[in-house]
Amino acid sequence: MSSTVLDRPAPAPRLIDHFESGLNSPICLTWELTYACNLSCIHCLSASGRRDPRELSTDECKAVIDELQRMQVFYVNIGGGEPTVRSDFWEIVDYATSHDIGVKFSTNGVKITSEIAEKLALNDYVDIQISMDGATAEVNDAIRGPGSYDLAIRALERLSAAGMTRLKLSVVCTRTNIGQLDQFKEIADRYGAQLRLTRLRPAGRGADSWHDLRPTQEQQRELYQWLVARGEEVLTGDSFFHLSALGESLPGLNLCGAGRVVCLIDPIGDVYACPFAIHEEFLAGNIRGEGGFGEVWRESELFTRLRAPQTGGACNSCPFFDTCRGGCMAAKFFTGLPLDGPDPECVRGFGDDALAASSGERPKPSGDHSHRTSPPRPRPVALKLEMQRPTAPMAPPVSACNVSPLAGMQLN
Amino acid sequence: MTDITPDSVLRLHNRVSVRPEPFGALLYHFGTRRLSFLKSPALLAVVDALQDDRTVADALGVAEVPDAMRPAMLRAITTLRDSEMLVEVAA
Repeated sequence: MSSTVLDRPAPAPRLIDHFESGLNSPICLTWELTYACNLSCIHCLSASGRRDPRELSTDECKAVIDELQRMQVFYVNIGGGEPTVRSDFWEIVDYATSHDIGVKFSTNGVKITSEIAEKLALNDYVDIQISMDGATAEVNDAIRGPGSYDLAIRALERLSAAGMTRLKLSVVCTRTNIGQLDQFKEIADRYGAQLRLTRLRPAGRGADSWHDLRPTQEQQRELYQWLVARGEEVLTGDSFFHLSALGESLPGLNLCGAGRVVCLIDPIGDVYACPFAIHEEFLAGNIRGEGGFGEVWRESELFTRLRAPQTGGACNSCPFFDTCRGGCMAAKFFTGLPLDGPDPECVRGFGDDALAASSGERPKPSGDHSHRTSPPRPRPVALKLEMQRPTAPMAPPVSACNVSPLAGMQLN
Repeated sequence: MTDITPDSVLRLHNRVSVRPEPFGALLYHFGTRRLSFLKSPALLAVVDALQDDRTVADALGVAEVPDAMRPAMLRAITTLRDSEMLVEVAA
């Protein structure tokens, strides 16, 4: 939720135009603190599992926070991997919140003891998202692994008992859980949490599971109707802008924020355009460079290109282009579709047409930290053929992002 | 809530952070977790001027806001007050 302050009906550039051309600092910054994770979710955006030995040290993390404070980044969305498995995680959280940086972190709940829950409830600068991808253990654990449902419920119980009010239940919408939306809402309500639904992205290991897990067209309509009926009561992180072509726009900002108002810092300090684009094609630089994060944000060649004016390409003639803006850059990239064409989940079916017409070849993952052992999972197979794909990410059509605080924002 | 008048005195909420941007400024309220946008440098100048316990009328003067823009500025200040970005100070 947020508001807009109009000073006058100005002919000046619209706010959205300023967003497209980039801001002094990101509005919304995601920071994956580690690739280590106790789980091996089949749709993990960052293909996490094993810690990367080049991970930022505690001191380096604190230096990042110092810089973010200087840049007046108001808060960071911390994830991973499972960020709480870092032994210095609580130290980093405390350092951030005592340096004017709010922390919103996502966790599967593994380290949420009653003692930790009580401590977190006292820190008003911390928001917590518990991840759950099925309202029943059966559905959840098929995606997130055995025992993960109980882990999440235990964390919700402990946080709720400790009086933590800034709590969210975070669900990635899939073919297997769209029918459980009401149950998710009940679970969230039971623990005084806000429900947050986000879109399944074909990034990381999600590139391999996306075809089986993505909602059907019919489920997309069901989800859309459910969201419209709930209004701003349910958070979406501006995730489902591509569904806006089904009718009235969902609350949120219709803008691809990648490299413009959002970006991602990964565990080794690499800066990517958005959390769904961990791939060398979207790598802008590294915070260990001389100019730090600020220089990457302000001057990297990639971000400069993403901030240049865009066109909708093949979608330009679509009457719904103004509402969906061609969809998600990362979803197109990882499914092998051109960046200036339709989103693979275009509600008019153009994405399905494009997928059917494509060679089926997808960009090869440029990083994989998946566990090498159990639980055994199908591994990505390296492509041997030359891929038909853009040589470099063109700036995306102006479409929405996902990440969050912008959800619900009314710009005009 | 009462209407904002030229005699009102307001200050930024003590949990609001202001970040200048090319379009004006971005405001974040650490209490409500809300973002707001000051969509012009002129409005930012007014908010800055309010920090010295000036009345709204005085702040508009200090920021050199043209008369024609003042009604819109008052509405903007009201919106900021309603979202708790600005709080009224007892005169």
